[in-house]
Amino acid sequence: MASILLQSPVLKPRSVIRLEGLQRRYQMGAQFIDALHCVDLEIQKNEYVAIMGQSGSGKSTLMNIIGCLDHPTAGEYWLHDERVSRMNDKQLARTRNMAIGFVFQTFNLLPRMTAFANVEVPLIYSGLNRKERLGRTNIALETVGLKDRMQHRPSELSGGQRQRVAIARALVTNPSILLADEPTGNLDSATGLEIMGLFDKLHSLGNTLIVVTHEQHIADHAQRTVRLSDGDVIEDTRL
Amino acid sequence: MLIVETIRMSLNSIQANLFRALLTMLGIIIGVAAVITMVALGTGAQRAIDAQMAALGDDILSIQSSSRFSRGVTHDSQTLTTDDAKALAIEPVHLSDVVPEIGGRLQVKYGNKNFNLSVVGTTPNYPLVHGFKLAHGEFLSAAEEASRTRAVVLGSEIPEMMEVDAAALIGQTLQIRSISFEIIGIYESKGGSGWRNPDDDLYIPLSTSQFRVTGNEFVGTISARVSDSSTIPLAMLEIERVLRREHGILPGKDNDFSIMNRKQFAESRAEATQVFKYLLAGIAGVSLVVGGIGIMNIMLVTVTERTREIGVRKALGATRGNILLQFLVESTILCLLGGLLGLALGASVSALLAKYAGWQTVVTSSSAMIAFGFSAAVGMVFGIWPAKRAAALDPIEALRYD
Repeated sequence: MASILLQSPVLKPRSVIRLEGLQRRYQMGAQFIDALHCVDLEIQKNEYVAIMGQSGSGKSTLMNIIGCLDHPTAGEYWLHDERVSRMNDKQLARTRNMAIGFVFQTFNLLPRMTAFANVEVPLIYSGLNRKERLGRTNIALETVGLKDRMQHRPSELSGGQRQRVAIARALVTNPSILLADEPTGNLDSATGLEIMGLFDKLHSLGNTLIVVTHEQHIADHAQRTVRLSDGDVIEDTRL
Repeated sequence: MLIVETIRMSLNSIQANLFRALLTMLGIIIGVAAVITMVALGTGAQRAIDAQMAALGDDILSIQSSSRFSRGVTHDSQTLTTDDAKALAIEPVHLSDVVPEIGGRLQVKYGNKNFNLSVVGTTPNYPLVHGFKLAHGEFLSAAEEASRTRAVVLGSEIPEMMEVDAAALIGQTLQIRSISFEIIGIYESKGGSGWRNPDDDLYIPLSTSQFRVTGNEFVGTISARVSDSSTIPLAMLEIERVLRREHGILPGKDNDFSIMNRKQFAESRAEATQVFKYLLAGIAGVSLVVGGIGIMNIMLVTVTERTREIGVRKALGATRGNILLQFLVESTILCLLGGLLGLALGASVSALLAKYAGWQTVVTSSSAMIAFGFSAAVGMVFGIWPAKRAAALDPIEALRYD
């Protein structure tokens, strides 16, 4: 009935992410464990969503699937009307590169490379030429306010600055969604606030943000909070 | 374009661990250096044989006394005499020159300096047959041979050995076994022939040697030049016929002399050198493979060490192919750099061997190319497994890895 209409992209033009009956099942010996049981979720363009839940609630798994790092065992995942759940490895890599920007709790910068080179990495995999990469990398670093430190290595930067580099790296391909996993988890509260301020700014610039967190004051920055428990969405509130 | 970035990336990561990279490359460096040096030695030896053949001429047969076997006993004796040489020289059919010679190491004294040198007694046609040229003075003459004159012509390195200017030696005297000889000439350098260097020898008339120095009529070697190199087998038959007659050897009995065909000898030596060369190259090749295993080992460690980096790169959009290429390029670059350093090392070792050990070595471009190509192949072959492991890593697991 309505599912046919729902699958038609024409009727839902602004939906960036659409999850339908998403399940992720792991096998532990003879037992099956559902990290995600049956998740339905839609996220529109320029939404700012916080995904909350206890550890083991399935939020990391959800994050991995949205980030195209993992396949669901059942259900569908549509990203911009593309069916991610049926993509092969190469298509997934391409999607991660073009459509998704990751921000990790531990920054995950490549230690031997400068801030500039770190931000440039996704563009290399996009296949852009040197000139285009230079321009885009500069813009991304400018957006996060780190243009003057771009020749520094991660070890020469503070925690907050490292996370800014990571955010610039996530932004540089102009992705459809920015996916942040506990982005302030390794930062002191003042620096965390600074980073959240940056997220607010990015949201106001029109980006779609998904932040996974277990801290309420972080989630308070978002317009929408999705709460997970035992692999199901138990709460979905908009401000 | 991606390959350029990949190469840059690999160079960066090699640079970041430069010392380890050097140690990793060591196997390849030694392997390639070994290949280059071994092949250079082999090629050098072959060139030396070729040069020697060209200098001596392949149309000279050497006749030497051989051990005789009679009544169940081997007799190791001198059987060749000046009469044999004379007999061979009488109306020869296939021979053009016959040169008897007798040699031995004797005490040579010049002024207050003592030497132990090889003194060759021979006939005046010796320089002609063996291709000697004069640098100073004159050759031994037939008159000197006939009158058993105490005259000596020196090999080109003797003046240097005696620390005297070559030209100034002409007309001086030196003592061979306390017998005074006048120096009448000095040869031009002929070049070493591997086992014997004719430039280190002294040359005196055969008759003088037999009657004044050694005191008997035997000669060590008779060299005979074949008039036409296509008739070597006929020339050998001729020598055999004459000498058997001279020595009174009955039909069915063994020869008490042996005839050495220099061409044949040189060919068999060249063949042996070739086998030796392949053997050395084989051993060196094995060391390259061992070097490759070293590369593989370190690349596996590197992949484990950089698991997190691989996870991050995958999250940022690297495909399996990108990761595979990155590690493959890295191991290939390691091997190529190792190959380059090995090439330099091998070339220097070859040059040092040539300079200080006096061995002729030739580094050919083909051996350099082969060693270099082989090291690149080693890098790729032994890099595949680690690179595949890196490419196959699950991004989620890799991101979680500490």
